[in-house]
Amino acid sequence: MATLTINGERYELDVPDNMPLLWVIRDVVGLKGTKFGCGMSQCGACTVHLNGTAIRSCVTPVSAATGEITTIEAMADDPVGSKVQQAWLDLGVAQCGYCQGGQIMNATALLKQTPNPETADIVDAMAGNLCRCGTYNRILAAIERASGKEGEA
Amino acid sequence: MSADDNLMIANVSRRRFLMGLAGGSALVLAARWDVALGGNEKAQFGAGAMPGGWVDDPTVFIHIDADGLVTIVNNRSEMGQGIRTSLVMVGADELGADWDQVRVEQAEGDHSKYGNQNTDGSRSMRHWYQPMRRAAAAARQMLEQAAANEWGVSTSEVQAGVHKVVHRSSGKELGFGELAAKARELEVPGRNALVLKRDEELRFVGKETGLINGELKSAYPKAIDGEDIVTGKAIYGADVPFENLLYAVIARPPVYGAIVASFDDTEALKVPGVEKVVKIEGTGQPAGFSPLGGIAVVASNTWAAMEGRKALKIDWDLEAAGDNASYTSSAYRESLEKAAQQPGTVVRQHGDLDKALENATKRVSATYYMPHMAQAPMEPPVATVQIKDGKAEIWAPVQNPQATRDTVAGRLGLAAENVTVHVTLLGGGFGRKSKPDFAIEAASIAEAFKGRPVRLQWSREDDIHHAYFHAVSVDYLEAGLDDNGQATGWLHRTLSPSIGSLFAPDPKHKGEFELGMGFNTMPFSVPALRLENPPAPAHVRIGWFRSVYNLPHAWAIQSFAHEMAVAAGKDHRDYVLDLLGPDRKIHNLTVGDGWNYGEDPDLYPIDIGRMRNVVERATSEAGWGKSMGKGRGLGLAFHHSFVSYTAIVFDVEVDDQGELTIHRADIAFDCGPQANPERIRSQLEGAIVMGIGIALQSEVTFEDGVAQQGNFDKYLIPRMPDAPKTLRVHLVDNPGEAMGGVGEPGLPPVAPALCNAIYAATGKRIRRLPVGDQLKG
Repeated sequence: MATLTINGERYELDVPDNMPLLWVIRDVVGLKGTKFGCGMSQCGACTVHLNGTAIRSCVTPVSAATGEITTIEAMADDPVGSKVQQAWLDLGVAQCGYCQGGQIMNATALLKQTPNPETADIVDAMAGNLCRCGTYNRILAAIERASGKEGEA
Repeated sequence: MSADDNLMIANVSRRRFLMGLAGGSALVLAARWDVALGGNEKAQFGAGAMPGGWVDDPTVFIHIDADGLVTIVNNRSEMGQGIRTSLVMVGADELGADWDQVRVEQAEGDHSKYGNQNTDGSRSMRHWYQPMRRAAAAARQMLEQAAANEWGVSTSEVQAGVHKVVHRSSGKELGFGELAAKARELEVPGRNALVLKRDEELRFVGKETGLINGELKSAYPKAIDGEDIVTGKAIYGADVPFENLLYAVIARPPVYGAIVASFDDTEALKVPGVEKVVKIEGTGQPAGFSPLGGIAVVASNTWAAMEGRKALKIDWDLEAAGDNASYTSSAYRESLEKAAQQPGTVVRQHGDLDKALENATKRVSATYYMPHMAQAPMEPPVATVQIKDGKAEIWAPVQNPQATRDTVAGRLGLAAENVTVHVTLLGGGFGRKSKPDFAIEAASIAEAFKGRPVRLQWSREDDIHHAYFHAVSVDYLEAGLDDNGQATGWLHRTLSPSIGSLFAPDPKHKGEFELGMGFNTMPFSVPALRLENPPAPAHVRIGWFRSVYNLPHAWAIQSFAHEMAVAAGKDHRDYVLDLLGPDRKIHNLTVGDGWNYGEDPDLYPIDIGRMRNVVERATSEAGWGKSMGKGRGLGLAFHHSFVSYTAIVFDVEVDDQGELTIHRADIAFDCGPQANPERIRSQLEGAIVMGIGIALQSEVTFEDGVAQQGNFDKYLIPRMPDAPKTLRVHLVDNPGEAMGGVGEPGLPPVAPALCNAIYAATGKRIRRLPVGDQLKG
């Protein structure tokens, strides 16, 4: 039995302790914005926030997910998250879009911690999030835009 | 298709199309007779030659509600190329719709209703631009007719504006919504009566918007799925909600062709959540789109299914795999390199090559290697199938919904009309999802659970171990140079397993469409030339990977041309422009290619002038010839593919430790008319990044038939630090030509351009991909 708080809602769930948070969010709770990409913390498609920190839900046992879990579905109501989303839209970042929820979660966590990151900080912080479509230059520009800096793509 | 059998509506250029209209004849009808196929074989090209052809019936594609909401049906799969935005934009523009009142509906898989839907070959816009324009023009004219009827005036007195029709003299207006019901009752105008908008009347098509080389011009019109993507609402393959859903994974044979000898599911069934274990029959070799077979574990959630799979005990019969079970990449590479020293089947030749090489002042030769790669879209294959009352329904991210429908129907023994394919968004495709094997697997499992939906999820390891691999390749080239360094002779032998091996007994030679991807169609002008294709057997499933055999061909040819320039002591750009020879239009049949990407050679010749132009553009934008610091260099490559033209220049630096920095990439691209330049730019940006991975990182190797990489820890693809620091896309405005492909042609010249830049920076020649640690030490 696990008690989880996701996007401000409390869930009492009958799931094994070692079940990864990703599959609890997707298959049990039914929030589908958090994606499966690798299952071993290599791609970042499953990124959510745990108490404001970006974590990889695919390798986080549900028993370790104590605190506030936030997913991409809640970012529109987040002042930083919504700014990041708008920058993504303005610059047409997404191609297939599958990884972009995780990218946005990671970028939002970065900007919450470091509101005015240097380019190198962004590249460093985003290196764990894969995009097979290759949208990195636009992701970088969008994060700079969201941070109030004019982006170069 | 309703045109007479002997006629086709030529896939003519926009200019010719509009000129035809201006001249009074509505459509250019052309009778085509393909002499090369022997007298009176009728041939069609382009969209008309595809299964299902094209459809331009407005009642199929456009619907307008009474409140004015315009629904445009998109029949092609969305996998990141932006077709749901771009094709709908084409329709909305021609119709005159307000973009904020347009929604898109994704077509189910049905060629007979929607025309060809196989989203592959960089064909979506080039085959559907004109039918969509015509469908929308017909709808607009029906709205205009309805308004004219309403006002009792002639249609010549009315004109559609944005989302409304206006009576010119009185200024009276009726909205599209107000006219929709009346317009629907009218007869659809014939093609000869259609009048398409002039370029200056278009609001979206061909207009530059969005982010252009770092500057935001305008974000309008917004991408159709943009908001859903950034808010997590977009529906991909695994996101369709169901009641009572079952989740499955499959343990597949580790070697291509192996089968289950025996299995024990005792422990698997003890895993909490596991409901059932089902054996999936494979169909042996060649596999085609059929399942590889194996053991499926079905559970109440994905993770339980994965845990159950871990607990399976399976004995595999490797005998059934034959010599696939001894397939080892290092040995295979050696065998191909050896075979490359022997003559192969000649696919194109002219002049006396042996004499040219014998008499050459200088001879250059090199062997190039490109490994297997997996497409590895971020969304692994996934499909949900529900079988009920003799009907099957499929929800899946597939590039080829009709093939999905037909193959699932075949597997289940159903008529195709009893199989419905709902195409979700694709979390990337790159050729992987052209193969509907995962939908067939899901259907096979769903058979054991009649009435309940079953979702089959591939893990990343499944995806990389059991990919339809990009063909491994060895290319051997030899050239003779005269006193001036000019090429007098060119020998190229190309060796790769063929995709043909997937569908028939291994042909061991590349097929026409494989050779036609830049091998026999290579553009250089050399007095004596021989192109050969020695045999290369397949030991794994070989399949399409974005730009397919253009990858090894461009890699080898463009690297080698640079090696020739170096041997000649000439500037690379000057040398290759000379090697291209005079501007001319090459007909594919004259170079031994009968394919030409399925397009009419009269409309789509290989145009050396356009090739030269993109080379000049990319090099001038990159500042070719400027002095570079120590350890820094510019590298060039170019390629014609999918009837478009691409050239790339990289600016790279390699430090004393062998660390590579990609400072900048300049890509020049000519696809003729540009429907949505904004998405063309994004495709090219993405192609550069993907191509960097092909050059530097990505490789799947085999030991005894087993793939040695299974996830992104070992199968490396580019990350943000690998992207060029600056990326510049230079679109060549060429509206007078026939429309070319966009999704794939950016990719082939990336790896050779990068390796040529590495040579310019370091003097180190890369002939084996990926570069990996070859720059270290």
